[in-house]
Amino acid sequence: MQALKYARAASVDEAVKLLQEGGPTARVLAGGTDVIVMARERRRHIELFVDIKHIDELMQMTDGADGLRVGAGVPLYQIYGDANITKTYSALAEATHVIGGTAIQGRATIGGNLANASPAADSIPAQFVLGGVATIAGPSGRREVPVTEICTGPGQNILQPGEFIVSIFFPRPAAHSGSAWERFIPRNEMDIAVVNAAVALTLDGETVTAARFGLGAVAARTLFVESAAAAIVGKPLTDATIAAAAAAAREAATPIDDMRGSIKQRKHLAGVLTEHVLRKAAERARA
Amino acid sequence: MSTRMVITTKINGEPIEFLADSRDSLLEALRERIGLRGAKEGCNNGNCGACAVILNGRLTNSCCVMAAEVEGAEITTIEGIASPEALHPIQQAFLEEAALQCGICTPGFIVATKALLDENPHPTEDEARFWLAGNLCRCTGYDKIIRAVLKSADEMAK
Ligand SMILES: Cc1cc2nc3c(=O)[nH]c(=O)nc-3n(C[C@H](O)[C@H](O)[C@H](O)COP(=O)(O)OP(=O)(O)OC[C@H]3O[C@@H](n4cnc5c(N)ncnc54)[C@H](O)[C@@H]3O)c2cc1C
Ligand code: FES
Ligand code: FES
Repeated sequence: MQALKYARAASVDEAVKLLQEGGPTARVLAGGTDVIVMARERRRHIELFVDIKHIDELMQMTDGADGLRVGAGVPLYQIYGDANITKTYSALAEATHVIGGTAIQGRATIGGNLANASPAADSIPAQFVLGGVATIAGPSGRREVPVTEICTGPGQNILQPGEFIVSIFFPRPAAHSGSAWERFIPRNEMDIAVVNAAVALTLDGETVTAARFGLGAVAARTLFVESAAAAIVGKPLTDATIAAAAAAAREAATPIDDMRGSIKQRKHLAGVLTEHVLRKAAERARA
Repeated sequence: MSTRMVITTKINGEPIEFLADSRDSLLEALRERIGLRGAKEGCNNGNCGACAVILNGRLTNSCCVMAAEVEGAEITTIEGIASPEALHPIQQAFLEEAALQCGICTPGFIVATKALLDENPHPTEDEARFWLAGNLCRCTGYDKIIRAVLKSADEMAK
């Protein structure tokens, strides 16, 4: 491991100060499931870990009438382990349930998954479709940024020196809403998505009144697919409109060929998974 | 630069104070500084589970934890599973079902099984397989391991 110091922040202000003083080689340490390995393998130059898991606000998760707020230190198992979250924010529960194995889920966070900005990150499509908004603390106070605007490319995000994510807020879905998330991997567990997809929709009878689509591992960052929403919002949910949304997802995907999948396979999967999650989310919206 | 730090924890029920380098992972600290060599280094990147410990009640890969993070924490390692008198029923079941060959993965599987049964004393086969998906074994085959896990759950229910 490279030369590396550790600091435990007791408050948001102290974390900001430590990150600011540390400069570009200081890193937030949340669950550590990405960043500790990166430091060990020297894939990033890191000189200081700022542990944020002893800040009360970051360890809280509140499921209120207006929505769900997840502190940036809350481990994944607490998210999918909550029956109300599984019911109301299904896409988030489904994604967090399969990130890594049990030992990863005991520590990993959705803030880390987002900030790490992997194009294949599993929770990001779910965060997108549920309308997540990140609360970011920094030297000049706090700001709120939609999760769709956080990642800019592989491993790249908009956070400025001294800034970090305090919590992520998901507004409570309207009545008759449902969401779903799915990924394709060659094994049953413990693998990086070839493609992942999520949708959240609201129905009025059988008419789709709102829909949000997310797609991962098909571009340099997770896609928020507005063209798929345009293909289905205001229309009845039928085989034809579902196929139109799936076609829009296929069209939006601009994947690469790599050892996990080919361009052709990934575009195909973008359509298939979009159809799957749409049907599943619609069932939940009707329930 | 790195720093030396005195870390105070409880390991297997005993208060332990040790001197760590701020670069140490918990796995390195357990093995090199504290002398508990039961947790194994398989991959050193979170994928194999050979280094599993129970940290504040949660199953964790110790290669993905900084030693400095465990200040004030409670840890159970493979060394804390058996009593001085007898093997733990999980260990006994692994022996009886021949659920190990080279044994590198075994401490991780046993610690992970302990964490599973603490939370879910009667897992289905599917639940056991899903829980243990982060533990890899290159020689024994998972069927024997799963048989041992389910057998130990039955034994412990008696
Ligand atoms: C064996 C294994 C399997 C995995 N499987 C999956 C998988 O199936 N799907 C998947 O998507 N990922 C997977 N991962 C990757 C990883 O577990 C996830 O990305 C996880 O969500 C990262 O969260 P963390 O809290 O551990 O982040 P950390 O490692 O603590 O941090 C990751 C990065 O984000 C930054 N960061 C963390 N929190 C904040 C914050 N609040 N504000 C600003 N910056 C922050 C850190 O500085 C670092 O750069 C796997 C990893 C391993 C080791
Ligand atoms: S050595 Fe820690 S998970 Fe493999
Ligand atoms: S017994 Fe050899 S790796 Fe499992």
